[in-house]
Amino acid sequence: MSYSFEIKNLIKKYGETTVLDGVSMHAEEGTVFGLLGPNGAGKTTIVKILSTILDFNSGSVKVNGIDVKNDPKQVRKNIGLGGQFSAVDEYLTGYENIFMVGRLYGLSRSVAKQRTEELLSGFKLTDVMHKQVKTYSGGMRRKLDLGASLIGRPKILFLDEPTTGLDIGTRLDLWNIIKDLVKSGTSILLTTQYLEEADELADKIAVVNKGKVIAEGTSQQLKSSLGGDIVEFQLQNISDKDKTFNAVSKFAKTKIDFDEDSLMLRVPVATGSKGLMSIVQALNENKLTVSELSLHRPSLDDVFLSLTGAKAPDEKPANRNRRKK
Amino acid sequence: MKNMIERFFDSLDDTLIITVRNLRRYLRLPQLVFFSSIQPIMFLLLFNYVFGGALGGSTHVPGGKYIDYLLPGILIQVVMFGGVQTGIGLAEDMGKGIIDRFKSLPMSRLAVVAGRTLSDTLRNVVVTIIMITVGIIIGFRFQTGSIHALYMILIALLFGFSLSWLFALIGMTVKDSETAQLASFLMIFPLTFASAAFVPIATMPSWLQAFSRNQPVTFAVDATRHFAIGVPDGGAVWKLLIWIVAILIVLIPLSIRQYKKRSV
Repeated sequence: MSYSFEIKNLIKKYGETTVLDGVSMHAEEGTVFGLLGPNGAGKTTIVKILSTILDFNSGSVKVNGIDVKNDPKQVRKNIGLGGQFSAVDEYLTGYENIFMVGRLYGLSRSVAKQRTEELLSGFKLTDVMHKQVKTYSGGMRRKLDLGASLIGRPKILFLDEPTTGLDIGTRLDLWNIIKDLVKSGTSILLTTQYLEEADELADKIAVVNKGKVIAEGTSQQLKSSLGGDIVEFQLQNISDKDKTFNAVSKFAKTKIDFDEDSLMLRVPVATGSKGLMSIVQALNENKLTVSELSLHRPSLDDVFLSLTGAKAPDEKPANRNRRKK
Repeated sequence: MKNMIERFFDSLDDTLIITVRNLRRYLRLPQLVFFSSIQPIMFLLLFNYVFGGALGGSTHVPGGKYIDYLLPGILIQVVMFGGVQTGIGLAEDMGKGIIDRFKSLPMSRLAVVAGRTLSDTLRNVVVTIIMITVGIIIGFRFQTGSIHALYMILIALLFGFSLSWLFALIGMTVKDSETAQLASFLMIFPLTFASAAFVPIATMPSWLQAFSRNQPVTFAVDATRHFAIGVPDGGAVWKLLIWIVAILIVLIPLSIRQYKKRSV
């Protein structure tokens, strides 16, 4: 089976700062590869290198089997790029934006016109297609951006945080569009800060942090390596701590996390519902009373807690609108 | 050879697509077009009525009327200001996601910059026509034939085109459009004022004359003045053409290199 992209030992430095420190990863053709990590992890840099925008220091990068350093022009013919920064021109209309990109892909006027109309109607933007993009909502811009990246019928599509900052309805819309694309045979590399998104869309996930791949696998593999789901509850009294640990530690897949101030206990369990039942039973048998009992699916925070022992850097969505250097 | 010709036409296609995009943007920013057309008119009126009295009767001014002397000078200043827009526009583009899109497309690496210099040259055509019209209203007259008038406009536009590659390089080197504007004006003011644009060079101190006589803006002003009012050009037309070719030969490759290098 051939790879949609293949990265080996990629190193990228900005001056003295190493932003990618020996990244290796590959994805099979026709699949969705999810790149998961916090802001500043190096996700955008990887996407920019794959899409021939950025040069790199060492390593090898192939897209559709073509080396990006040897033949960037051939690579550009096979790729589409879209993402959070909505690379569309505000003063042009939606139609003009997509048509322009089509022409720059090398499509003839008539083909570009036909494809533009198809894409706009597919994304339900026909009503606004002759309005300037500055009047569009965030979700409409994101769809337009995706449309522009699709006009050349790319074999592989790079989507850099395509749903960051969007409301849940628009996010679901985009998820459906992405799923349809995969069905029609497009390979996709998707970066995201949301575990849920990678879980929903990606066949394979790589977790990156500080320029390194710290975990790789299917969503299931990652979750079980994380210790799966987490059962969380609050002790009534600090004196219950040792007794509780003794009672529940055999159900914990990895280390139990305990917060002295809030008395919250977090037990990573292999399978959520079964783990929850076992823990409740064990607490009952030991006549321990707890409150705020709940079952948590792993979040990006949990991924980082488990993989690095540190919390994921906290980034407010408002800061994400700024461009990363 | 066939491959090269094909590549040339592909580049030209891409450049024209970007030019159309930039022109559309200008048309949708009427304020920008309005103020950039007002500016040269203001310069023309201010200089004519402020300095005209002092200089008009002076023997230094060939042709007698100051407006005849002034207009070619202002024209060169106007096309240079137009070139500054190239740097500002590119600096703006460079700060936005759209440049990433352009770079990821199988399009010419020349097109984004060339499209910008071309669209600004076309904008300069409009501004030039407006300015000459106002000039004629306040008394400017071509002392030569209409073919010379056309030469004057063409050579001024060509000079502006070549300089817009310099401003393009500045625009892609600095961090933002404000800096691009400041840096560009820092170059424009000494070049225009220490030239034959507004006052005769003979009135300047001798150390400044050495610079003023040999810099391209003076050649540009002398060349346009030659075509407008028929004064001898003293070889300025040829010297200017050599400058224009030299600027393009040096700056086009440098600009493309900077475009490739620059990533936001």
